[in-house]
Amino acid sequence: MVEQFAKLDIRKDENIVYKRTDLLVDRPLSYCPGCGHGTVHRIIMETLEEMSIQDKTIGVSPVGCSVLAYDFMNIDMLGAAHGRAPALATAIKRMWPDRFVFTYQGDGDLAAIGTAETIHACNRGEHFTMIFINNGIYGMTGGQMAPTTLPNMRSSTSPYGRDVETMGFPLKMTELIAQLPGTYYVTRQAVHTPAGVRKTKKAIRKAFENQKNKTGISFVEVVSNCNSGWKMTPVQSNKWMEENMFPFYPLGDIKVDGKLVETKATAAKE
Amino acid sequence: MGELRLMKGNEAIAEAAIRAGCDGYFGYPITPQSEVMEYLMMEKPYERTGMVVLQAESEVASINMLYGGAGTGKMVMTSSSSPGISLMQEGISYMAGAELPALLVNIVRGGPGLGTIQPSQADYFQSVKGGGHGDYRLIVLAPASVQEMSDFVKLGFDLSFKYRTPALILSDGAIGQMMEKVELFDPIPRRTEEQLIQQCPWASTGKPKNRDHNIITSLDLDPAGQERVNLKLQAKYKVMEEKEVLYETIQAEDAEYLFIAFGLSARICQKSIDLARAKGIKVGLFRPITLYPFPVKEIAAISKKVKGILVVEMNAGQMIEDVRLAAGCAIKIEHYGRFGGIIPNPDEVVKALEQKIIGG
Ligand SMILES: Cc1ncc(C[n+]2csc(CCOP(=O)(O)OP(=O)(O)O)c2C)c(N)n1
Ligand code: SF4
Ligand SMILES: [Mg+2]
Repeated sequence: MVEQFAKLDIRKDENIVYKRTDLLVDRPLSYCPGCGHGTVHRIIMETLEEMSIQDKTIGVSPVGCSVLAYDFMNIDMLGAAHGRAPALATAIKRMWPDRFVFTYQGDGDLAAIGTAETIHACNRGEHFTMIFINNGIYGMTGGQMAPTTLPNMRSSTSPYGRDVETMGFPLKMTELIAQLPGTYYVTRQAVHTPAGVRKTKKAIRKAFENQKNKTGISFVEVVSNCNSGWKMTPVQSNKWMEENMFPFYPLGDIKVDGKLVETKATAAKE
Repeated sequence: MGELRLMKGNEAIAEAAIRAGCDGYFGYPITPQSEVMEYLMMEKPYERTGMVVLQAESEVASINMLYGGAGTGKMVMTSSSSPGISLMQEGISYMAGAELPALLVNIVRGGPGLGTIQPSQADYFQSVKGGGHGDYRLIVLAPASVQEMSDFVKLGFDLSFKYRTPALILSDGAIGQMMEKVELFDPIPRRTEEQLIQQCPWASTGKPKNRDHNIITSLDLDPAGQERVNLKLQAKYKVMEEKEVLYETIQAEDAEYLFIAFGLSARICQKSIDLARAKGIKVGLFRPITLYPFPVKEIAAISKKVKGILVVEMNAGQMIEDVRLAAGCAIKIEHYGRFGGIIPNPDEVVKALEQKIIGG
């Protein structure tokens, strides 16, 4: 059937409405089926291709499920130590000011072990793009509690639910760094629906475009699922994310063109 | 003859960095080495050569900035003192694993812990035995003068790029702070982008169409692959051991006894030699300059010509382990050390030689 389809001569350039970008290496992703990481990889690579900046882009991958991002993204990359991607990117962007530089990090990486590097890169107003995949859990190490784990949410190190009295409160890193004068564009998106993917891609495009004007950090949080860590099917996990993550981590722009936006996201802080 | 200046050791490091064509310095203040960044900030190398200087939020950030810069082929360096260097160990291990060149400077102070801000050589083990996790080595250079502080910046960069591995200048608070005459080498222009890409085809500089993407990482999840990485590193270290050993001997030709010391201790031993020879004791000095690769063969050879060796260090006995491994058990080898920031005086070193080696 597939073979038959392949032989049909409808596969002409003018008929193609969608194809995998060449900037994704043709190999199976290491992510669980249904996980948001792969989708975000794709739209970052599509963005670079559409902007024709792949030969001028240097990416920094984290330690987390996306530790092998450099194997999937067909651009020059560096794999950072856990949490340190913003330090790498700081030096890269300062010494290669004409390159497009981005970091890609999970919530444990960016908001726990790498808190200092995140805040100081943002506060210095480094001119690179930060992509932040917030799935409320440590996916890679098997579903432990993250700084972003919701109150009462179960994880392997909060098996009875996160007790905020003893385990602390979830950290809204995105709202926090939006307060810093060095951030220029701060937004929170999700990729669990086609509309969400489109919006996230627009945000990522803006975050890269901003680098042309050297305006400071552009920061895109993507609230994402970890169906394996959450112990749900992909569909369940997306529903759970809408019902539980979005009220706490509301989607939308938080800071645009250097100015805080009054949105659900900022209002929800109160 | 190059330009002559009277400089502190720390300032000589900074000036040499600019002249060596360094692309970026990243550091965090700590006594007794803060003059390195202070000198750079005062000197504005971003105007002189385009070199970037950045005060990071911590030593953890500094070393990871180095990783980022080095991964793109840039000539990057940091300096710190013992507690700060301890904080950097994870990053140093990553750089060794990812085969990244960079220059690190440790202006050692007394430990453990916050210790003291006075000079010490107690970070020998940390420097030559790994320091961070995993099987790796650093190229370790031990200057004994302000002149060598300057010269070894260039040498350190050269070796680190030649072998794609971090090089460390292991100095101490006294050499960092003391002023001496230095002959500065002539400035070398920073590499152009084309020169950098030619020198470092492995670097992540932005992928052109005509090559595969470059990946800088220390990760290989496949044990067989990771073993290959380790074998490659070990093979590289073997070559360094064959080719890059540096040492110096002073009045060793007719010596019956020998001091073995590095850095500041070697300077003190030079004075002790004069004092001892005035008393009729024929003693000389062997000074390892590369602490890794260690002058194993050279120490083995010279130990056969003397009756006893006193290893003098500003620590509780660290390099002596390597001296004993090199020299074997045929002659007496003892240690004399002061620690916690105390610099031994030449008289007490002679007394130690008399008591522990000649009389003992
Ligand atoms: C210094 C250090 N500490 C701990 C780890 C183990 N570790 C690897 S990934 C990870 C958490 C990753 O979680 P996150 O950043 O949220 O990424 P995700 O896998 O969820 O995408 C941890 C703790 C490590 N690799 N290095
Ligand atoms: S463990 Fe979670 S974050 Fe990691 S790949 Fe699987 S679903 Fe994605
Ligand atoms: Mg996570």
